[in-house]
This record gives sequence, C-alpha cells and structure tokens, in this order.
Amino acid sequence: MELYMSLAIGVLFTVGVYLVLSKSLLRIILGTSFLTHGVHLLLLTMSRLKTGAAPLLGEKADAYVDPLPQALILTSIVISFGVTSFFFVLAYKAYQKLGTDDMEQLRGSDDE
Amino acid sequence: MNNTLVLPLLIPLCTAVLLVFLKGRIMAQRWVSGLSGLLNAGVAALILYQVKTEGIQTLYMSGWVPPYGITFVADMMAALLVLTTSVIGWFCLIFSFRSIGEERESHYYYPLFQFLLVGVSGSFLTGDIFNLFVCFEVMLISSYALIVLGGTKLQLRESIKYMLINILSSALFVAAVAYLYGVTGALNMADLSVRVAEAGQGGVLNVIAILFMIVFALKAGLFLFFWLPGSYGAPPTAITAIFAALLTKVGLYALVRVFTLIFYHDHAVTHGWIGWMAGATMALGAFGALAYKDIPRILNYNIIISVGFIAFGLASANKDALDGAVFYLLHDMIAKALLFILGGMVISAAGTNKLSEMGGLIRRHPVLGWMFFATALAIAGIPPLSGFAGKLLIVRGGFEAEQYVLAALAVASSFIVLYSLIRMFMAAFWGEERTKASASVEDTGETSSTHASGGYRLRLLSGAGLLVLVIAMGIGAEWVLGFVTEAGETLTQPAIYIDAVLKE
Repeated sequence: MELYMSLAIGVLFTVGVYLVLSKSLLRIILGTSFLTHGVHLLLLTMSRLKTGAAPLLGEKADAYVDPLPQALILTSIVISFGVTSFFFVLAYKAYQKLGTDDMEQLRGSDDE
Repeated sequence: MNNTLVLPLLIPLCTAVLLVFLKGRIMAQRWVSGLSGLLNAGVAALILYQVKTEGIQTLYMSGWVPPYGITFVADMMAALLVLTTSVIGWFCLIFSFRSIGEERESHYYYPLFQFLLVGVSGSFLTGDIFNLFVCFEVMLISSYALIVLGGTKLQLRESIKYMLINILSSALFVAAVAYLYGVTGALNMADLSVRVAEAGQGGVLNVIAILFMIVFALKAGLFLFFWLPGSYGAPPTAITAIFAALLTKVGLYALVRVFTLIFYHDHAVTHGWIGWMAGATMALGAFGALAYKDIPRILNYNIIISVGFIAFGLASANKDALDGAVFYLLHDMIAKALLFILGGMVISAAGTNKLSEMGGLIRRHPVLGWMFFATALAIAGIPPLSGFAGKLLIVRGGFEAEQYVLAALAVASSFIVLYSLIRMFMAAFWGEERTKASASVEDTGETSSTHASGGYRLRLLSGAGLLVLVIAMGIGAEWVLGFVTEAGETLTQPAIYIDAVLKE
C-alpha cells in the first residue's frame, strides 16, 4: 500500500512542480495546492499505513492507527488553507493593480 | 518547569489580540504596543537571568513530560536571542511610530508586528520540530501581510515571489518532518537527537539532514537567497529593518539548532555542504554589494554576506567557531536593524535611493552621518565595536578547523562590507549638497522629509539606542562573552541540552 501511495505522491509532486514553473499566476497557485496535497499524503504515508481502528478510544479495538500524523496533517491543512486564501486574494489584487497575471511581466526592475 | 518561558509568546500574542480591537485609535495602539514591548524585554531579561543562574530552563506544556507533549526550552542561545529580539522589536516599533504613516497604522500594522514577534520568539524557544514549523508559519504569515501592507505596485509584485518561495520551502519543511518522523518516530528535538544517535546517522538520515538544510537555507538566505534582494527592497524602512534583523536569523538559528543537536554525527557530509554554501554566499553577496548603486540593494546584499559568515561559523563547528557564530548572530541582529533604520533615514533625507543622485548630506544631517559611519565600522568588525569579537572567534575557529579558503573568504568579505558601506557613506554624505529633498520615493512608500523635526528626532533616537547597544556590546565584549561561551557549550555538547529536557 505504501508503494502505491508513494507513487501517487510522486505524481502530485511532479504536477505541482510543473505548474509552479509555469507563467500564469493561477497555475502557480494551483501548483502549490498540489504540492501541499502531496506533502500531507506523505505525512500520512510515512507513519505506516497499518490497518487498525480509527483513533477513538470508544472503538475498543486491539490496534489503532497512529493518531499523531493525523493531528500534524490537520494543523498543516489549516495553515496551508490560510496561506492559500491569502495568496489568492494577493493574486486578485495584483491582477487589479498590475493588470497582468503573467509572471514574466512581473519581473521588472525598480526603475519603472 | 518554569512558566515564565511562555511569556515571550503570550505577551505579544495578547497584545496583538488587544490591538485588533483598537483599530481606529492610533495613539492607543502606540501606547499599548510600546508598553508591551517594554514588558516583553523585561521578561526576556528575566529568562536570561534564570538561565544564567539555574541552567537550562524547560517548560512542559500541560505537564506532559517529553517526548509526549510540546516542550519549551530556553538554553543560553535561545534566551539571548529572545532578549535581542524583544529589544530590537521595541526599537523598530519606536522607529515606526514616526515613519510608517497613519494609513498603514490604522490597517493593523501593530497587530501584525506583534504576531511577527510571536512567531520569532516561539521559533527560538520551542523544543519540538513540528512546533518549530508552526512558529515559522506564524512568523511568515505575518511577514506576508507586512510586506504587502500598503499595496504599492512594487510591494504586490515582490510579495507574490516572497510568498511563493516560502510556501514551497514550508511544503519541503513538512515533507522533511514527515520523513524524519517515518524514520525515527519522534518529534521532540531532544528525543530526536537521542534516536538519531541510536540509529546512526547515515544513508537515509543524511538525506533528511540535507533536506532540512535546504529548507532552512531557503529561509535564512544561505546560498538560496535569490528571493531576498528583491523582496526586502519592497516594504517601507521600519518593516525591512525588522525583517533584516529577525527573519533570516530565525532560519540561521534553526540551522544551528538542527545541525548541532540532531544531525551532528556526520560532519563530512552535512557541515561540508554548509561550508561550501557559506563560502558561495559570502562571495555572491559581496558581488551584489559591489555591483549595485542603490541603497536598498547594497543593504540587502550585506544581510546575505553576514548570513554566509555565521553559517561559516556553524560549518567549522568547534567551540570557538560556535561561540563566534552566537556572538556574531547577536551583533548582526542589532547592527542590521540599525543599518536599515539609518539607511531608510538617508533615503528619506535625500529623497532618492540612488547613490549617484545624493551627496552632501553631512551638512544638514551631521548626527545621522556619523552614526552611519560608526555602524559601518561596527558591521565591518573594527575592534572597539561589536562586530569584532564575533568575527575574530569565527575566523579563529575556521583556522582551527583548517578551513583556510573559507577563512580567507570571510576576511575578504569583511573588507568588501566595509568598502560597500563606506562608499555609500561617502556618496551620500560627502561632496556637493544637492537639494532634492522634496521628491519622495513613491514605490517604497517612504514618507520623505516633509515630516516635523520632532519625528526626525524620535527616529534618530531609536537608531541611537541601537547604536549604544552596538558600542556597549563591543566595549563590554568580555561580559557578553560570559553568556556566549555558555551558549557555545550547549551547542558543542548536545548532551547538556538532552539531559535538561529529558530528565525526569
């Protein structure tokens, strides 16, 4: 199972990196979302995907899955949600004010 | 157990929450943030005193003993850095009273500033690698907001790049934590150190170490600094000053912490790479500092040079070099805040940021001129001032570790720092006076010399306060060294840290 997850995460990383390297700002933001998806799945996978009950004591199971990475992922998800929403609004403001979403045209020097 | 450890986090956090409700009342905001800054510095000094008298202080959140809960650890290095952070934060705050402008002040400038301090102090004090990530994010998200606050075209453009690079490095950070957790099953730094030592650092742990190195190098501007010169040129002076003083230094602190506490078993690989990156950083930073003729760029490349310098101390990794790295880190935080404050004042006095368009400022601003001169000497490391002791220790440590090329580079980079700053001093303050004071630098949002002289005086005073610190740190180097050697001891012997955290 870990192998398939690793392959899927690899695909997510590849897509993310490819999108981040593109010209359009929206594609870049999508790329960062793919990357964070990959990273969260990586956290889940790296703690071994053993079978076990959901980490609720009420389940009264013999074995539970590791609860720690789930907490880490939850933290990381809300952080990246906050950052992504900020990034989207920033892109919107930048589009309004600079009139372009092409990263090539956002280079510029200070002398304009 | 020592509950004071959480106060450097709690004070700015509560202040920030309070300030959110004081949106319209700028005077109230200034008073509240100023007073809380003083309180924060007092608490930081208390923590430093406790660490000095009673050894390493720990706080187990909710009483969960490590490795289960989140631990806060103040060893000497963290305590020194927290104190420096709060003092610099206070001076930058005083500076921003008269420079940031009411428009920004009424749009949550002060709360964001306090949140930045929360993130920085938290990063220094935490003893948990995932909590370090969270504190990094607190710091970075406030820095995103501060860098774009005001919304000029330049700020919007540069903050997109700054955000993108930091989102990527944060994703890498989480990936590195995931790998490390997969291999060791631990998150607490002291516990991690023990487990890495048991597992033997080689193969996969070396790869993880290199991944952490890339992450922190991105944050610190060590070799991977391509984002820094542009981003730090965008926001107004008060914000760049606090960025220059704190943000890259947090990355450096994380590098030092991780590579002296957790991954210290295979020097040839990890520290060898850090050494090469440090050398390249110093050389490339020096090229940048020489190449540009506008003040923000020159100052930004000066940050990069000093990052390389401190990383060289880490790469040599003996007692002298690590002492020197801590000493230089403290000096550099204060001196860079001072340099950026003075640089910003030069820009607003001259009405331009191009060296070729300014001159003769010494007649109208003699105090500013000589303060800038003293700062330049301090940063270059001229003996009575604060940069000297740190540089001396780092270079000596470099020779002991037989890193002759890097040591030569470090000394040469000091000359270039001196040259670039003195060139700036000569171009701005000497020569014929040019009256171009009416023009303001729109893109940086700099409010120019239309300000009342009272504002000018207060800004100069906040610079003077920092300059006094720089001079005192140079003259009282022997006294500061008493603290710094203790910090270096913990860094060279991780067992001290581990015992303090994991003791029952």
